[in-house]
Amino acid sequence: MSVIAPKFRLSYLIKGITDNLFWIIVLMTLLGIPAAMIVLIYIDFPVIDGEIWNPFRVFDAMTHPERALPLVKNFMQTDLFKVVAFPGFGFAALIAAAVIFVERKMLAKLQLRVGPFYCGKVEGILQLMADGLKLISKEIIIPAKADKPLFWAAPVLFAATAAAFVALIPVAPGWVVADIDLGLLAVFAVIGFFPIITILAGWSSNSKFPFIGGIRALFQMVSFEIPLILSLLGIVMLTGTLNLVEIVESQVNFPWIIFMPIGAIVFFICILAELERIPFDLPEAESEIVAGWLTEFSGMMYGLVQLGSYLKLYAFAALFVVLFLGGWNGPWVYPIEPMAEIITDGIVLMPDALVIKDIPGLPLFSQEMINGTIWFVLKTVGVIFFILLPRGVFPRVRIDLLLKIGWYKLIVLAFVNIFIALALVYGGIIGPGGIL
Amino acid sequence: MSQKLPPGLQLEKVDDRIMTLNVGPQHPGSGHMRIILKIDGDYIVHCDPDPGYVHRGEEKMAEYRNYITNIPHLERPVIHDSCNILYPYCLGVEELLGLEVPERAKYLRVIAAELNRCVYTEYWLGIYGIFLGHSTMFMWPVGDRELLIDLLDKMTGARVTHAYFVPGGVRNDVPPNFEDVCLRQVNYFEKRLKEYADIFYDNPILISRTKGTGVLSREDAIKLGTTGSVLRASGVDFDIRKKEPYDVYEELDFQTNVLKEGDSYARSKIPWLDMLESCRIIRDALQKMPKSGSVRIKLKPKPKGGDTEVYHRVESGRGSLGMYIVSNNKPEPYRLKISVPSFRNLIAMPHLLKGELLGNLPPVYWSLNYWPVEADR
Repeated sequence: MSVIAPKFRLSYLIKGITDNLFWIIVLMTLLGIPAAMIVLIYIDFPVIDGEIWNPFRVFDAMTHPERALPLVKNFMQTDLFKVVAFPGFGFAALIAAAVIFVERKMLAKLQLRVGPFYCGKVEGILQLMADGLKLISKEIIIPAKADKPLFWAAPVLFAATAAAFVALIPVAPGWVVADIDLGLLAVFAVIGFFPIITILAGWSSNSKFPFIGGIRALFQMVSFEIPLILSLLGIVMLTGTLNLVEIVESQVNFPWIIFMPIGAIVFFICILAELERIPFDLPEAESEIVAGWLTEFSGMMYGLVQLGSYLKLYAFAALFVVLFLGGWNGPWVYPIEPMAEIITDGIVLMPDALVIKDIPGLPLFSQEMINGTIWFVLKTVGVIFFILLPRGVFPRVRIDLLLKIGWYKLIVLAFVNIFIALALVYGGIIGPGGIL
Repeated sequence: MSQKLPPGLQLEKVDDRIMTLNVGPQHPGSGHMRIILKIDGDYIVHCDPDPGYVHRGEEKMAEYRNYITNIPHLERPVIHDSCNILYPYCLGVEELLGLEVPERAKYLRVIAAELNRCVYTEYWLGIYGIFLGHSTMFMWPVGDRELLIDLLDKMTGARVTHAYFVPGGVRNDVPPNFEDVCLRQVNYFEKRLKEYADIFYDNPILISRTKGTGVLSREDAIKLGTTGSVLRASGVDFDIRKKEPYDVYEELDFQTNVLKEGDSYARSKIPWLDMLESCRIIRDALQKMPKSGSVRIKLKPKPKGGDTEVYHRVESGRGSLGMYIVSNNKPEPYRLKISVPSFRNLIAMPHLLKGELLGNLPPVYWSLNYWPVEADR
């Protein structure tokens, strides 16, 4: 007789169902109805085309797409959509999920293995979902002597900071969450948060290995932030702006990597160090300090840190694309034959071939935006591939060698890059009033 | 202490700077042992290895079993290198019982022993790779090791714990097409070994990281009693297969690899060179082996040793491995003492790690060619 699994009894089942129903009714009454009332009383319904959109018209719109599409299009211009879905968190998380899968399969192919194989029947495509479910269902264990508020805050802060970084990236013309004039400065400010969070995590665990890992992460990130910032100064000199959108628009004819390959190489190495990826994964060196500053995190706290680090990976790769590879600029690929858009009565219509007849509100996205996004994603994926590749090829470097690379070599190379930029500006080749 | 400090403040003592780290026994970088480290910042000031977590009393167990039933459990300390750990035992028992091993069995023993050396060293190399954060160097050797294990499976009938060597020969003859299969496999293996150099041994990051760390001088290596690859990496040309050749090693054509540096890099390279040498030995042995003949002498059910004691040693994957058997006219040995290379190499560890960086712990520790289970016996 098993003790763990009690015997099935009909009365238990009925009791379970009635209990659940009871709580659902109670919660609906206590929370749901007041919430609905607040929404109905205090929030104005949107007025589109002279009609008030009350909840009943939403049901109506479900059966009439020509009424729903303007609403959808209207929603897509809001900040909420930008933050949650397209250029913001959802888009980045989708790319991060694809990156995790591609990384595992690619590394497996490199190492003569199969990689994830069973989840989702086709080549283990749902492995990430299985891993996520496992992390969610695991117990969160907190060390007895940990500083609990800080210990809880660290993974949340890490993921939030990474998401804030994502918000600064312009993906397509007009599609950026935070279009600010000091965009590059904001990027530096956000990057500056990561060492603080790692040392916070290491310190609050109150354990020896996380502490050493946190100190290592602090050393590594601080010493690589300086060449990272210096390597980008050349671009600021040439473009005369800190706005990331304007930096992208300045690369219509040629990307900056042509004139500043040294800066691009320095920036790429700094990305590897900032992301704590092999060969610079000292803060998580498992054979020396178990898992570094992540040692005491368990369950979804660890999952949040991983999510944050992959968002960070996407954001850094996208920043490389924006600064050095020309962002969304690229030859026209889609739609294959671009045509002038017909604008009638404020409604943008696509060329005949692509228009679904008699439905206003199409297209949802402009042609430039679709083409730009394709190029942006292609370039970002290419950069991410090069960030992932060293994992199969290089061993880990040691802390003294790492600091030597950061302080001696990369800073010197970054200054060389700045001098090249100065020569280009004062030689009158590029920059304000230049030939090109 | 002439200057008076404000109340509640104290001058920092030396001990305040020191942090004690318990690396192991539950640590990804420790193996079945504990290393007690005292670190000052990132420098190791004191290292105290604490083995003994997998002590199984193999020597005592051997006193309760007769000479034949000892075979399967004596290979337990190093299951990856099981042929080599049984080798000195079989040589000793043969001398006790006065057996003459058939010629073909001697060659089969050499082939099995060299294959086993490769199997062990591949496993060791994989762990060396992952200790340095090189995951490809973990997967490649472990994958290539499978092919050799399949070969040994064909030869002996078991994947790892072969129990192939018995007093008086080997347990069974090889299958008829074994020579072709073995030759093909060994040639492929040698090709793969050369690819390791491209990704691992010539890697600039690896070289910058392991060159000059944990240097063991020639004098210290001899004084501390190290053996095998550790000794040969410090410039001492010592290989039991050359110095005290057993079975047919003197008829085979091979050389010992010696490097002078004595650092972690040299210590990691010697086993790789040894594997290349093993491939040559196997090819040579396959050529010189008699094509047919008996492989085993029939023994009585419970053979009794004389009233003597014997000591034999062989070159295992880690170094000189000796067995000392005392017999007193009974079917069981009176005493059996195993002199293991792992423990002898471990003695050098505190000496090497003093003053090194914490990041040098894994490459120095694992380059000592130390197998914790064998050291504890």
